[in-house]
Amino acid sequence: MTQGPVLIIGAASDIGRATAHAFAAKGHAIQLAARNSARLAADQTDIAVRYGVSVTLHDCDALATESHAGFVDSLPELPQIAVCVVGVLGDQAQNERDIQAAVAVMRANYEGPASLLAVLANRFERRGTGTLVGISSVAGIRGRASNYVYGSAKAGFTAFLSGLRNRLAKKGVHVVTVLPGFVNTQMTAGMDLPAKLTAEPQEVGEAIARAVAKGRNIIYVRPIWQIIMLIIRHIPEAVFKKLSL
Amino acid sequence: MMLSGWGRYPRLDTRLEAPRGEEALRALLADPLIARGNGRAYGDAAIGAPLTAQMRSFNRMIAFDATSGQLVAEAGVQLAEIISAFLPRGFFPLVTPGTKFVTLGGAIAADVHGKNHHKDGSFAACLDWIDVMGPDGVVTRCSRDENADLFAWTVGGMGLTGVILRAALRLRRVESAWIRQTLLPAANIDEAMDLFERNDAATYSVAWIDCLSRGAGLGRSLVMLGEHATRAELDLKRAASPFDIGRRPSLAVPFDAPSGLLNSLSVRAFNEAYYWKGRSGAGESYVNWDSYFYPLDALLNWNRIYGRNGFAQFQCVLPLESSARGMRALLEMISNAGAGSFLAVLKRFGAQESRFSFPMLGYTLALDFPVNARMLTLMDRLDRIVLEHGGRFYLAKDSRMSAATLAASDPRAQAFRDLRQSQSLTGRFRSAQSERLAL
Repeated sequence: MTQGPVLIIGAASDIGRATAHAFAAKGHAIQLAARNSARLAADQTDIAVRYGVSVTLHDCDALATESHAGFVDSLPELPQIAVCVVGVLGDQAQNERDIQAAVAVMRANYEGPASLLAVLANRFERRGTGTLVGISSVAGIRGRASNYVYGSAKAGFTAFLSGLRNRLAKKGVHVVTVLPGFVNTQMTAGMDLPAKLTAEPQEVGEAIARAVAKGRNIIYVRPIWQIIMLIIRHIPEAVFKKLSL
Repeated sequence: MMLSGWGRYPRLDTRLEAPRGEEALRALLADPLIARGNGRAYGDAAIGAPLTAQMRSFNRMIAFDATSGQLVAEAGVQLAEIISAFLPRGFFPLVTPGTKFVTLGGAIAADVHGKNHHKDGSFAACLDWIDVMGPDGVVTRCSRDENADLFAWTVGGMGLTGVILRAALRLRRVESAWIRQTLLPAANIDEAMDLFERNDAATYSVAWIDCLSRGAGLGRSLVMLGEHATRAELDLKRAASPFDIGRRPSLAVPFDAPSGLLNSLSVRAFNEAYYWKGRSGAGESYVNWDSYFYPLDALLNWNRIYGRNGFAQFQCVLPLESSARGMRALLEMISNAGAGSFLAVLKRFGAQESRFSFPMLGYTLALDFPVNARMLTLMDRLDRIVLEHGGRFYLAKDSRMSAATLAASDPRAQAFRDLRQSQSLTGRFRSAQSERLAL
């Protein structure tokens, strides 16, 4: 059974790649988008060999917002589902010293992803169908000293997704917000993450495919994160500001 | 960090790196290393001394030819992935060990075998070529025709000739996901071996063996034969979607069992029940591929049932001419010790020519024991019986044998050692096992 194409923006990332596998396994054609997409040739072949679906490569620079409309026009077909996995963690200490580095993190986690989904949202709205998926972060729920530059950009992106969902709810277009928690990826390589809280990229990819199929609004990949964030949300600010989290 | 194999014994300190791509791997070659796939070797074969290269990110499939059934894939691809991609298209691995969570690289390095060894040979039989990164970082393609020596030593070479990067393997065509199983009870070891000899034509054959029974019932077994079911022989419902077996539930062992859980009493009770259930259910039945080939995979983390101290596998092969005597001696030693092995498997091997692979014409016995002083002593005694009968040991399972035992069991070890020295492999590719066994 051939299913409508799924666009993965940020396909060179571990979560992007795993998400592509999860949708290809369900029979969807796959559009892999990233900067310098030619380097994804091995993934293109891998997915095509495993699942017998068509896989195409597309250059996309999330920071070049003026190019986004042209990028969407250049796709062989407007996707049925678009997943935006774009983001960079950055280095909080560096971001505090070097404001330009901080701005780059803000742009990569908010401006770029929001711009891409905004362009796709308008096309999907015109067509009257489709699902948009944005990978945001639990770090966007409350700013913490250890990563608030990244967290603030993700907070903006989460709010953008929520607004988009609200706007498109009656237009046949669905928006899914994904808050993965810790994931064992290149982004977190070398960090000492607690095993029970850390998902594998494959888990995230499968959770996204499931969330799309079920029309979920907001998902945490491992349920424990929902509880953790519930607690973090409810700590009074007077206490919160003194914590080191 | 501390790392162990599937048996969780021994736990050893190693530096673990997970290179992404050939360049990153090449850069690691400054230190002696061993490649690690999914960590399913039982002992210390995939623990680097000092560096372990986790090959998990080398997991792409590269090409598939549906006419020849040839798959080209990177070494980190697991058999489970191959099955889920190609069984729906009518292909199955030609040779598979008892777990599908083994990587291609691991399967080649250990030259694994399956229930069809007597007919189809070891994993080597399905290989067309292998790409190996040598000590200088150069990648060499080898096959039976091209760089034939490297190919011959790499298959079964436990990763000690270089890092296996990718391979071309041929899959077998199958008409369904079902196996027609024939269950034959054997009252003792002689009957079991007789059943293997008489059923040499079966594609798959293996026996579960009760290693606690004694006397006239020594080595009583359930011999299981299997054939890939044709579509025509399936009932209508299954024939309609012959590759669909439905969802198979998997259970996880959530914590380490207390180490005394598997004692001779509990294993004896289990064996008794299992044997009589098998006897009463003897005959033909249809079993799905997952339950037939990988019964333990459904119990995720089953290695925890032996508790925190882990367990050691013992797998040997005895030449055909001494098998009957040798197996008796081994089983008597085990049953007298009252050493309950949860998993005990007997299997007839076919002939195999190889440089350093485990299988040879004869019978193989695989057992596992909890790790404690008494069991380690027992296994040393079993080693001696194997040596007396001209047998040898499976390095993918081994975690504790001595270099002297290896040397006495396998004259090929010296040739392998010489080769490694002459090709500057000794200082480059090194595992805790190769150190222990002086390879």
